[in-house]
Amino acid sequence: MSADSNSSSQETPNPAVDGSELIRFDKVTKRFGSNTVLDNLDFSVNSGKHVTLIGPSGSGKTTILRLLMTLMKPDGGTIKVNGEYLTHEVKDGKLVPAGEKHIREIRKNIGMVFQQFNLFPNMKVLRNITEAPISVLGLSKDEAEERARELLDMVGLGDRADAYPTQLSGGQQQRVAIARALAMRPQVLLLDEVTSALDPELVAGVLDVLRDIARSTDITMLCVTHEMNFARDISDQVLMFDSGRIIESGSPDKIFSEPEHDRTREFLNAVL
Amino acid sequence: MNWDWSHVDDFMPHFWDGLRVTLEALLFGSLIAFSLGLVWAVAQRSGPKWIAWPVTAITEFIRSTPLLVQLFFLFYVVPSWGLSMSPLTTGIVALGLHYSTYTSEVYRAGIGGVPVGQWEAATALSLSRRRTWTAVILPQAVRRVVPVLGNYVIVMLKESPQLMAIGVLDMLGQGQDFSQTTFTYEAISVVGIAFIVIAYPASLLLRALERRLVR
Repeated sequence: MSADSNSSSQETPNPAVDGSELIRFDKVTKRFGSNTVLDNLDFSVNSGKHVTLIGPSGSGKTTILRLLMTLMKPDGGTIKVNGEYLTHEVKDGKLVPAGEKHIREIRKNIGMVFQQFNLFPNMKVLRNITEAPISVLGLSKDEAEERARELLDMVGLGDRADAYPTQLSGGQQQRVAIARALAMRPQVLLLDEVTSALDPELVAGVLDVLRDIARSTDITMLCVTHEMNFARDISDQVLMFDSGRIIESGSPDKIFSEPEHDRTREFLNAVL
Repeated sequence: MNWDWSHVDDFMPHFWDGLRVTLEALLFGSLIAFSLGLVWAVAQRSGPKWIAWPVTAITEFIRSTPLLVQLFFLFYVVPSWGLSMSPLTTGIVALGLHYSTYTSEVYRAGIGGVPVGQWEAATALSLSRRRTWTAVILPQAVRRVVPVLGNYVIVMLKESPQLMAIGVLDMLGQGQDFSQTTFTYEAISVVGIAFIVIAYPASLLLRALERRLVR
């Protein structure tokens, strides 16, 4: 079933791109007014990798996730997912801003979990998870519910399918939100400070679920977090951001144990 | 002045006729106001500019002109363009159209009150525009504004006697008719009491609804 959502873009031959490269930012710039949040940013993420974005707030980490989720548009540069332009398309040999349809097609490969969960309060937990697989992927109600129940079991909420989101704790809501994102079988999961809005005692449960997903699936993860131990556990690569640029990147061992950049050292001293 | 129950007895058959007209105008007028208002609100929020702008202009225009003028316009001017309706139908359309420009503002506030995170989650799940509106945004927006919409039903009830101006005999129309031909006042009193008997429980009901829906 997972092939439905993914195959179209995977099968598109694109010899110019290394097969394992899933996400590429090419000279991406994003400004808010006079404030440049991302400055000619280049970086890429390979398929199946878990990448954590760290750095002081306002350094552009969340902006990267929001650009990938098409919640905002870049002011310059291009983003590719699976070798295809996300916010642009090629028409008559020219690169033009993409239409809504193209964006929707590419976006299906990407899922996101938000800091504030953003579950739909008017729907029960089960329907929160089945809504998109039914209306977007065209799954039957039975298929979608079976998928949803498996995911609810996985996040430890198999018995809360008929609850409304407001009847759940923050940690439970966030686990439902994770299940909801995974139900679309995305290739990339974006995690935007997913534990920042939680009471401290609820953080561990959510992180355990994410560790489990990182271990047991081949989903690519882009994670903005202040939970450094978690970042260390799950990451293949850590990117240190400052003022809209990546100032240092490497394995978690390298970044956390022997950072090269002063700015990284200062930041880690402040948060650890 | 002496209250004469026999006048009340004589008036009651006319009263029931008037009540039926009032309730009919209210029911269908509300349905038009609620559905058309939703169309205005969604068009203004997410329609293309060439739709959103005229909608804003038209609704502003209707809202800032008196219902009475619109009644006359629909009753005397529009038929000359070939579209003629019965007085009651004209009245219902005018009432519905006029109040749709108010309910549209109510819906707009309700839609604006849905957190931006809901739109973002719908985007992140690739929900279509249509699905985003019908499954996510409107259910939340409408729930918030049901009590306010209900308030407009009461306002419309109280404004419905204006339909008399184009010859619709609603409750008040019947009462006035009866009083003027018999030189008595009982009929008008019955009508006044009827307005209270309908409007007051309705507003109590709304308050209960508000406690349930708006948290």
